[in-house]
Amino acid sequence: MSSTPIKQVTGKGVFVPGDDIDTDRIIPARFMKCITFDGLGEYLFYDVRKTESGEDKKHNLNDPRFAEASILLSGNNFGCGSSREHAPQSILRAGYKAVIAGSFAEIFFGNSTNLGVVCVIASDADRAILAAAIEANPELEITIDIEDHKIWYGDQSVVCEIKPGARDSLLSGNYDPLDELLVGADAVTQTAAALPYMQA
Amino acid sequence: MGKSLFEKVWDAHAVRQLANGQTQLLIGTHLIHEVTSPQAFGMLRDRGLKVQYPHRTFATVDHIVPTNEAVEPYSDPLAQGMIEELRKNCADNNVTFFDTNTGKQGVVHIVGPEQGITQPGTTIACGDSHTATHGAFGAIAFGIGTSQVRDVLATQTIALNKLKVRRINVNGTLPPGVYAKDVVLHIIRLLGTQGGTGYAYEYAGTTFDNFTMEERMTVCNMSIEGGARVGYVNPDVTTFEYLKGRPYSPKGDAWDAAVEQWKSFASDADCTFDDVVEIDAAQIQPTVTWGITPGQGVGIEENIPTVADAPTQSERDSVAEALEYMQFEGGSPIKGKKINVAFIGSCTNGRLSDFQEVAKYVQGHKVAPGVQAIVVPGSQVVAKIAEELGLDKIFIEAGFEWRAAGCSMCLAMNPDKLVGDQLCASSSNRNFKGRQGSPTGRTMLMSPLMVAAAAVTGEVSDAREVFGFAAVNS
Ligand code: SF4
Repeated sequence: MSSTPIKQVTGKGVFVPGDDIDTDRIIPARFMKCITFDGLGEYLFYDVRKTESGEDKKHNLNDPRFAEASILLSGNNFGCGSSREHAPQSILRAGYKAVIAGSFAEIFFGNSTNLGVVCVIASDADRAILAAAIEANPELEITIDIEDHKIWYGDQSVVCEIKPGARDSLLSGNYDPLDELLVGADAVTQTAAALPYMQA
Repeated sequence: MGKSLFEKVWDAHAVRQLANGQTQLLIGTHLIHEVTSPQAFGMLRDRGLKVQYPHRTFATVDHIVPTNEAVEPYSDPLAQGMIEELRKNCADNNVTFFDTNTGKQGVVHIVGPEQGITQPGTTIACGDSHTATHGAFGAIAFGIGTSQVRDVLATQTIALNKLKVRRINVNGTLPPGVYAKDVVLHIIRLLGTQGGTGYAYEYAGTTFDNFTMEERMTVCNMSIEGGARVGYVNPDVTTFEYLKGRPYSPKGDAWDAAVEQWKSFASDADCTFDDVVEIDAAQIQPTVTWGITPGQGVGIEENIPTVADAPTQSERDSVAEALEYMQFEGGSPIKGKKINVAFIGSCTNGRLSDFQEVAKYVQGHKVAPGVQAIVVPGSQVVAKIAEELGLDKIFIEAGFEWRAAGCSMCLAMNPDKLVGDQLCASSSNRNFKGRQGSPTGRTMLMSPLMVAAAAVTGEVSDAREVFGFAAVNS
């Protein structure tokens, strides 16, 4: 489906510290016993936020100062582990539009981009600057400018990277590829015809 | 100049280039399961689309099936709902479903190969990150998200960037008591959990040449744990012998033609790779993870690292976080950590050969008091053959529980879960925080025989000592 192009994402930020934040941490498997993605937002980072008895832990994600955040800031190798789209779906449904990390696991990155969840890479030093700025002023407006490869915080900025293909898709609004794939149906039939194992 | 298997398979399946530069890639074989497919079928219905190639789509149920309750409805109504949804989606769309009453149900990555659905030179996708398992046959197999499951159902294709290829050569003979699981834990420890990002891993060398298909699958299975979405081994005689006579393998003349074609997909001798890594099999030790990522492993004779050992601040933070979570002291030996639970199973090590190997040694031993030890066959086919061979009796006699097929405690979406901060010796593939069902549960990954050694001694142990191997670490 062609969607609205995404050139910029603006919102408040929240810092989720740590490298290798895996998909089990983003959405624990026990909350995946569902046949739709509705309602997954509630369980985002559940075990990061809650104790075993269900009480809130001390964490930025529970801090009322960051309650309005819509941009996640985290460490390296964000989204490693499973291919579960439940992870970006829960991020999206909890009201987040973008993730800034040191690097992303590949499947998570692709899943997120398909949903229009913007994933950009910033250096360790620049993320530390952003984390400090958010901590100092939770109201700070952050803008990820995909076109210009910049993350603005207040009137200052740091650089960010995004894979060219994903950038093109977001800027053109074609990040959900299904329509374009459907258009290729005849070419698919031809490719399949040349492969013995594809025959019925 | 020659081409790698990855390039050949990619070229044979590339349909066209898309506007953003990605390739529309034909997915020959689509495997689906109950966790990541229902939403995709829902999206299909919403758009009024149908399954384009139902004869190339195969389903099974694995994650949510209980392993100790055979009769439906299951005591968990959510699990029951998921199996029923999959049944309905398969029936409505003419998709083959290896349901629990077929004798063929099991973990999707075990079912595909044992039915002969997984074949060389093919592309395979499944809404599951361990799909690279199928690469053991010389297939290019991708884990995909649910929106892509929708794309494959609707178009039999996905939009993808081409990967680079890293060849990992492992040469030599593994020391006794060192297994394929140790090879892959060693590789991930060496190259890191993100080292494979953007790469397909081609595993080669004499160690892989001599491996059985089961062993190749164990290694390919954990490619994603090293960040590589795809991992494969070139097809050879071992591959063809494994596939011959399987239910979905080509028959008669078609078989001979298929083998000829499959051979042609193997990487050419003169092809170049984006990167090459050399590993000496003799250096690999029985490896055990001490932390919360599969890259945090050490040899059984080694100590757990200290925070100060780590070279960078972010690594020091990771080590500190892992030690705190695991309740381990940096610098202490990995050996001797007291375990509560032992789990043998999963798509990494839930195959017949895994159970045969362990059964050879556990005879005459008993699971230590206070340890819960469960053995979960990866499929109903594995369970049946194992039972015909009497392996179930050997395990039960030794104090293990012998369960029905499924993912079980690998990710605990069924009733098999850790409780509180229990420490589990596990033959599965992920040691993430909370992975085995308890938010504070702790997982140590190792080979099935090392799990058995931990089960019978009650602590992390060197299986070669416990089971009296001739050549223990001279
Ligand atoms: S056994 Fe574990 S890793 Fe394999 S498919 Fe099941 S849950 Fe995933």
